[in-house]
Amino acid sequence: MKPFDYLSPVDAAAAVRSVAGNPGAVFLGGGTNLVDHLKLGVVAPELVVGLAGVLPAEVEELDGGGLRIGAGVSNSELAADRRVRERFPVLSQALLSGASGQLRNMATVGGNPLQRTRCAYFQDVTTRCNKREPGSGCSAIGGWTRHHAVLGASEHCIAVHPSDMAVAMAALDARVRVLGPAGERTVPFVGLHRLPGDAPERDTVLEHGELITAIDLPAAPIARRSAYRKVRDRASYAFALVSVAAALDVEDGVIVDARVAFGGVAHAPWRADRAEEALRGAPASERSYRDAADAELAGARPAEGLDGGNAFKIPLLRRTLAATLRGLAGEESR
Amino acid sequence: MTFPSEPDAVGRDLPRRDGAVKVLGTAGYAGDAPLADAAYLHAVQATIARGRVTALDTTAAEALDGVVAVLTPATAERLASTEDRELAVLQDEEVAFRGQVVALVVADCSEAARHAAALVRVGYARQAHDVELRADRDDLYAPEKVNPDFPADTSEGDVDAALAAAAVTLDETYTTAMYHNNPMEPHATAALWDPAGDGFLTLWDSTQGVHPTRAVLAPLFGLDEARVRVVCPYVGGGFGSKGQPHVNVVLAAMAARAVPGRPVRIALTRQQMFALAGYRTPTVQRCRLGAGRDGRLTALAVDVVEQTSRIKEFAEQTGVPARMMYASANRRTTHRLAALDVPVPSWMRAPGECPGMFGPEVAMDELAERLGLDPVELRIRNEPAVEPGSGKPFSSRDLVGCLREGAARFDWSRRDPRPGVRRRGDWLVGTGVAASTYPVSRMTKSTATIRREGGRYVAEIGAADLGTGTWTTLAQIAADALGVPMDRVEVRIGDTDHPVASVAGGSSGMTTWGSAVVEAARAFRAEHGAEPPDGAEASGAVGPADDRYAMHAFGAQFAEARVHIDTGEVRVARLLGVFAAGRIINPRTARSQFVGGMTMGLSMALHEQSVLDPRTGHVVNHDFADYHIAANADVDGIEAHWLPEHDPHVNAMGSKGIGEIGIVGTAAAVSNAVWHACGVRVRNLPITLDKVLHALEQRPGS
Repeated sequence: MKPFDYLSPVDAAAAVRSVAGNPGAVFLGGGTNLVDHLKLGVVAPELVVGLAGVLPAEVEELDGGGLRIGAGVSNSELAADRRVRERFPVLSQALLSGASGQLRNMATVGGNPLQRTRCAYFQDVTTRCNKREPGSGCSAIGGWTRHHAVLGASEHCIAVHPSDMAVAMAALDARVRVLGPAGERTVPFVGLHRLPGDAPERDTVLEHGELITAIDLPAAPIARRSAYRKVRDRASYAFALVSVAAALDVEDGVIVDARVAFGGVAHAPWRADRAEEALRGAPASERSYRDAADAELAGARPAEGLDGGNAFKIPLLRRTLAATLRGLAGEESR
Repeated sequence: MTFPSEPDAVGRDLPRRDGAVKVLGTAGYAGDAPLADAAYLHAVQATIARGRVTALDTTAAEALDGVVAVLTPATAERLASTEDRELAVLQDEEVAFRGQVVALVVADCSEAARHAAALVRVGYARQAHDVELRADRDDLYAPEKVNPDFPADTSEGDVDAALAAAAVTLDETYTTAMYHNNPMEPHATAALWDPAGDGFLTLWDSTQGVHPTRAVLAPLFGLDEARVRVVCPYVGGGFGSKGQPHVNVVLAAMAARAVPGRPVRIALTRQQMFALAGYRTPTVQRCRLGAGRDGRLTALAVDVVEQTSRIKEFAEQTGVPARMMYASANRRTTHRLAALDVPVPSWMRAPGECPGMFGPEVAMDELAERLGLDPVELRIRNEPAVEPGSGKPFSSRDLVGCLREGAARFDWSRRDPRPGVRRRGDWLVGTGVAASTYPVSRMTKSTATIRREGGRYVAEIGAADLGTGTWTTLAQIAADALGVPMDRVEVRIGDTDHPVASVAGGSSGMTTWGSAVVEAARAFRAEHGAEPPDGAEASGAVGPADDRYAMHAFGAQFAEARVHIDTGEVRVARLLGVFAAGRIINPRTARSQFVGGMTMGLSMALHEQSVLDPRTGHVVNHDFADYHIAANADVDGIEAHWLPEHDPHVNAMGSKGIGEIGIVGTAAAVSNAVWHACGVRVRNLPITLDKVLHALEQRPGS
């Protein structure tokens, strides 16, 4: 790898100043993704700014039962937090379905949403990739698309966002607290990630030098009945083919409210607004679940490619959503 | 023979002698060779699949701090032999596959070497490449032989007439994927010339055979074998990919000569191992069966299409197990190859038997379904009295015993044959069976020496332990052959300074090296008696096999598969194997081999597949995140059992070799269980959820 300078800043503000002032600088959180990229040549920063010890690493109470999660909290710690498991089981389940125990111990809450796609072509510098090298072309289109998008892709990029945690965060209306050179701002989690459009090199709306310091989970009683279902090619340690984060509130057999987000199918965690809309007021029935999936998936487009492409993701996601909602409705009625 | 019929050490459940150093991390692997001032090598690889290198700009690489040397086809030494084109690295500008080595960089540290390699600018004259294996290609050819030395085609009787006359027939095509061996320890070598650049070459190499590696390397560099030493006490897995030297060994020796006085180290990256360290060819297997209503086979044909590389032929013997597995008066097997612009395929655990027992063993299950016969019973009805083809008697053959024992343990008699009718929670449940087999192989060359050193007996042989247990099992054999307790025997292996030994391949290690040790012990006692003086020494060599007999190990594998009713996820809840593999030397290391093989077979069934992108010619999923190998969570209940089997013909110990049979038949058993669970015949591996989803969509209530 290309040699780089390493800096341990005294605090988050110093970290932001160091990165903002240098276009060749990057933040290093747990390093579970960046270190791979350094070895593979996907990135070659001049300066790496380590965040160990400068980010809040606690989970704090917010009014009404919400939580503020420091960006330095590890994925393992967050998954094990009793308040998260009781109030937001979907988040705990999503975290535990990701990566391996070792990686979850290293990965941070701030770094997790900013991990990059695992598109095999993005990670291979001998192939063309618009995300890695804007304008060079997309090798995934017409290539190995099993792990690629069926929603919101563009002619320039069909990559998916790999995080499980982010799918739960999107369903939970989380808010991202960001520190930048100009001060603090808050970004809704569902607006954090971009669709690729004609600038797939930009994963998120964050500017260079902006740093996630915490993620707020607003109080959400509905989330007490929530679940994360990840479907993958092996039982553990694999990225999602599709995943569903869902919360359901059912009264007298009627769906009062629902939260739904999809993973493994788009460049961003996919908040399924149309599905939620279809579910509200509908009977808690198989038919409603399928209709909700159909409403959301009307615009889905498979990516043709080797080995039959990824058209299977559309029926798979429909069935996985129905199974997840059926499970939650069953839990409600018990 | 001095080997006792009632051995003491052999057959005992003993811990590995190398266990402690491995757990403590003190076992020295090739990458740990204690070398002062070593330089590090990184290869520059072609980014086209076919053409010529027209320009190599090494200026930026050479200018980098820490870079010691950059070698290109223009500056690398000429090898004394370029016959093996996989190993003839940097000898010309031709590119024959994507990922081929076109230059190398040597630097003071591995990071600088890798960085510099990325700075080498390569220009190409690109030619159209062809990397697609299809059974309908018009350029398929019949190889002269298939690995290691079988005829490509065989024919007995009249298959076409028998098929036309058969009461029940089957004609289906099955495919296995491209697989990469992927041992945990990468291919790693360190090389040192002493004196500098000339004279004597020492290689610390992760290899399945120190002497075979030396035999290939010495002539490449124009050296007598006596001027090359290869050292390899421990191997972090090989699965065949370290059975023959790959380009890393040549690069290390070449680079070390180019930086006089310094040893050079190389370890392939995981990604490089997908282009440079061999792999198993994908296979297309057309299987035709004809049978009477009683299930007895009247015709059996297996036509195999597979690939090799354009620069070096390797013909996997996929059709070979069908030649001896079941009785049939009419039989035909063929192999056809496509020579493509792809990396060179090679051995991977149970070449031939592993892929070649997928198609036929699923076909047998399909035939049982069509006949309304139990698949265990169908196999029993087709037991041959002698080995088909050769007509030789089997030295021992207990497939039937394995099937019956496995069926009893698996509660097979209560099985409802109907597919798709069992549900447990959200999972459809099914069971399947398939047979396993693997030949008893004996290599022609291996010698052991036994010497009295103080109160101990030292057995030396250049054998290899890939995690298979050789350090321990050879000591057991030596102890019994000498008639002394285990703790008085020391074994030394993994070094060409020891007597010559064959490759750890073809499950031949115990038969070959063990026989040499037994012969050495016999000679030792004959020359030195029961009270030998210190320093007394004798040698013995492996003798020829008893070719009056056909020698094979057999097994039966039973699988319980679950298919998720909503998502189609496929999981294997239980795998049970029963093997008849002669005398088991050490139950502990044997169980590890059987269970390891079955796990690898499960991995092949559900996960493994190298995805070759035809546009570029490279394996796209070339890392452990994308090339899925079964994780712990994928392996649920797994059991290996064996039958007591006495076979006096295979070798003095009566052992048959167990390193490979565990992977044979597993994928078929799983596929058969998946059909039983959900009603879908998955004939194309791996069995992924997208291949069963359509059937779930069509289930009532879905």
